[in-house]
Amino acid sequence: MRQTGQVPILRVAGVLLVAIQVDLGDTVATALQEDVLEAIARTGSTGLLIDVTGLEMVDSFVARVLVDTGRMARLMGTETVIVGLRPEVAGTLVRMGFDVSEVQAALDIDEGLERLGCKVVRRGAD
Amino acid sequence: MAPTEAAEAKVLTREALPVRSEDDVVLVRRRARELAQRRGFDGFAQAAITTATSEIVRNALVHGGGGEATLEELDRGGRAGVRLTCRDEGPGVLDLERALRGGFSVTGTLGLGLSGARRLVDEFEVRSAPGAGTTVVLTKWARR
Repeated sequence: MRQTGQVPILRVAGVLLVAIQVDLGDTVATALQEDVLEAIARTGSTGLLIDVTGLEMVDSFVARVLVDTGRMARLMGTETVIVGLRPEVAGTLVRMGFDVSEVQAALDIDEGLERLGCKVVRRGAD
Repeated sequence: MAPTEAAEAKVLTREALPVRSEDDVVLVRRRARELAQRRGFDGFAQAAITTATSEIVRNALVHGGGGEATLEELDRGGRAGVRLTCRDEGPGVLDLERALRGGFSVTGTLGLGLSGARRLVDEFEVRSAPGAGTTVVLTKWARR
C-alpha cells in the first residue's frame, strides 16, 4: 500500500474518516485517493467521511480528486460525505463553475456521521 | 468608472518564483495567500486569488512545461491588490477561446483551469500563440 504519510485514514463508528489537514500537492492528493480506496476494500466500511476543514484552498484539481474518490467509493458500495468545507472554499468552487451536483456534504463530522446513519449523541443536547 | 479606478497601480513588492515542479505550484499559491493576507484581503478574496493562482501555475507546469511566476503587491488609490504574472515556454494554448469557455482541455485533465481562474479575479489577461508560450496576468483587488 502506498503511504502518503501526511493524511491518516481512521475508522470511527464503522466508517472511514479522512481528515485532510495539509495543503495537498497533486501527487499526494492522487495517492491519498488510492489509499482511501484500499482502506475501503480492507475494512469493508460502507461510509466514508472526508473532512476538509483544514483546507484553505480547494482548486479544480483537488476538487476533482475529492469528487472522483466519492464516485469510486460508490462503485465499491460506500457512501461518501464531504464535511467541513469552509465558506470561502464553497464560494470559490461554485464561482469557478465546478459541478457540485453529485457531492454529498455536511457541515461537520457529527452531521456527516448522522448522514451516514450513525447515531451521534451530543452531550447536553437535550 | 470612479477616479481611483483610473489611477495607476503602484507596485509595492515584486518577487519571481520558478515553476518547475509540483512543489513549486504549492509554494506559489501559498505565497499568493500570504501577500493577500498582508494586504488585508478578506477570506473570500484570499481564497479567490490563491485558487486562481493555483490553476494558472499548474497549467504552466502541466501544459507549458514550466516557467516563471511573478507575484506583486499593488496599491491603486489606497486599494490593495495582488497580481500574478505567469509565463511558460510551452506550445501555447491551441484554442484560447474554447479554453476560456471552460469544459475543454488540451490534455483532458484541467478543463476548469483558465475559465475558473478568470471568474475568480477582477482583471484577467492571457497572451498566447502557438510556439510562443502562454502568459497569464491576473489581478485581484481587496474589497473596500
